Amino acid sequence: MRTGPALVVGAAVVLAGVALAGLHVNAYVYFAGYVILQYVVIATAWNILGGYAGYVNFGTPAFFALGAYTAVFLIRSLQAPLPVLIVAGGLVAALLGLGIGYLTLRLRGTFFSIATLALAVVLQTMIINWEYVGGSRGISVLRPSGPPFGSYVTFLFTVMVGLAVVAVMVARFIERSWIGRGLAALRDNEEAAECMGVPTLRLKLFATTVSGFLLGVAGAPFPYYVTFVEPNSAFAIDYAVNALAMPMIGGTTSWIGPVIGAVLLGTAQQLATVTISSELNLFIVGVVLVAFVVLAPEGILGLVRRWRGR
Amino acid sequence: MAAPLLEVNGVVKRFGGFTALNRVTIQVEAGERFGLIGPNGSGKTTLINCVAGSLYADEGRILFEGRDVTTLPPHRRTRLGIARTFQIPKPFASMTVRENLGIPLEYAGHARASDEDAQVAELLREIGLEAKAHLRPAGLTQIEMRKLELARAMAARPKLLISDEAMAGLSSGEVDDILAILLRLNAQGITIIMIEHIMRAVMRFSQRIVVLDAGERIAEGTPDQIVRNPAVEKAYLGE
Repeated sequence: MRTGPALVVGAAVVLAGVALAGLHVNAYVYFAGYVILQYVVIATAWNILGGYAGYVNFGTPAFFALGAYTAVFLIRSLQAPLPVLIVAGGLVAALLGLGIGYLTLRLRGTFFSIATLALAVVLQTMIINWEYVGGSRGISVLRPSGPPFGSYVTFLFTVMVGLAVVAVMVARFIERSWIGRGLAALRDNEEAAECMGVPTLRLKLFATTVSGFLLGVAGAPFPYYVTFVEPNSAFAIDYAVNALAMPMIGGTTSWIGPVIGAVLLGTAQQLATVTISSELNLFIVGVVLVAFVVLAPEGILGLVRRWRGR
Repeated sequence: MAAPLLEVNGVVKRFGGFTALNRVTIQVEAGERFGLIGPNGSGKTTLINCVAGSLYADEGRILFEGRDVTTLPPHRRTRLGIARTFQIPKPFASMTVRENLGIPLEYAGHARASDEDAQVAELLREIGLEAKAHLRPAGLTQIEMRKLELARAMAARPKLLISDEAMAGLSSGEVDDILAILLRLNAQGITIIMIEHIMRAVMRFSQRIVVLDAGERIAEGTPDQIVRNPAVEKAYLGE
């Protein structure tokens, strides 16, 4: 599919989202839909670094929470409108992404992953001790009165549809450009890529920054969605596990992989939460992930490819 | 006389307390076939890592076409025209042979998307890998892997090609095969530095040879002179 038709499909998805928001079905549908779409953004963002460049980031909660807390700060200090929150949340998280990009100079493989894990812990400790944004007790956020259309939840749902489409478009563009080919080369062998003319540091910085930006964007509407933000939920380990599991299950080498993974796993989690228990979420992810790593290390995309190859 | 293509001036490289290269100076002329030999651990690969940029020299300077490249990162040096192969092949494992060549063509070889396919096809024909273009490196034999390594370096359109033990572990017929490829590339005007343990190959190929031992340059000369040099014999065989 070329860029033109892809834009049309993207626009169609956004319109479908708006139409769905106008249907006024059970409010839970929008609530659950928001979470699944949020995971589409998160999984897609994670995959730009983890899948394309091969740098596994365990610190997803740090970026997500940074977006959320940037929003909390701007809501409290300036009453800033949602678009500003999204852009600002993305930019602050992008800055953190740029920072971990420089880590890749010294840390590769597992050591990079450990550092990102530590990063999430450090950031959470800082937020816990920052009273202005609620500290450890958390902070209530009042939604602005009168959303542009529908209820505020349906409005946030549509916003997340838009963000998901943008994130997927960005990932798809990167994957198909010279940047994506360079990232794939450095994922396969960083030294060889550099010696073949690929500016590996610059590409890694680009990947960490864009990935960080989109993770922050995913977190920015979070305060208005939950209306009560506290560190344990903003830094939840679910984000770290899902961000990694969803692309792995879908397939990490293509933009569609994280989308498939996020929709499947996200939906399964939502169904399990309603029908069985909310504690079952991570258990499901764990079992499915282990199964995929053993049976289909290249995810659903890999399975499809194998099946077609025969 | 024109300035040398590559000048390595007094390069020192230390790893902790170990001096891997001690004030090594070599000059390689444009169009030359240059051999670099020495016993295991003598610093050959360290030297070419310093030239290609995978390692940075602690002291001394490296000039390429008269330009100081001592502190340039590897990808910039590749774009200027220094390409290398790796002793242990390092292909891009998730890509096909064709895609492997596409990376240097796009990033260093200034290929436009429109004629990239034609250039890949030409490189594959030159090196004899056309039939394997759609395969991933995992499906290649040892010699095909070496050829891919060479072809990928060629795709960067280098002026200077550094071949780091491209023939290690190959059979005698396969060595001749690689040798023929390198001679053909040289005939097209590409300067080649060959690092090799297979004396038969390096002696036949090189116009001039430099011998390293324990990080020091101990001899330089034509293959005939090197064979008769007592210092070289001592380095390889001991007293």
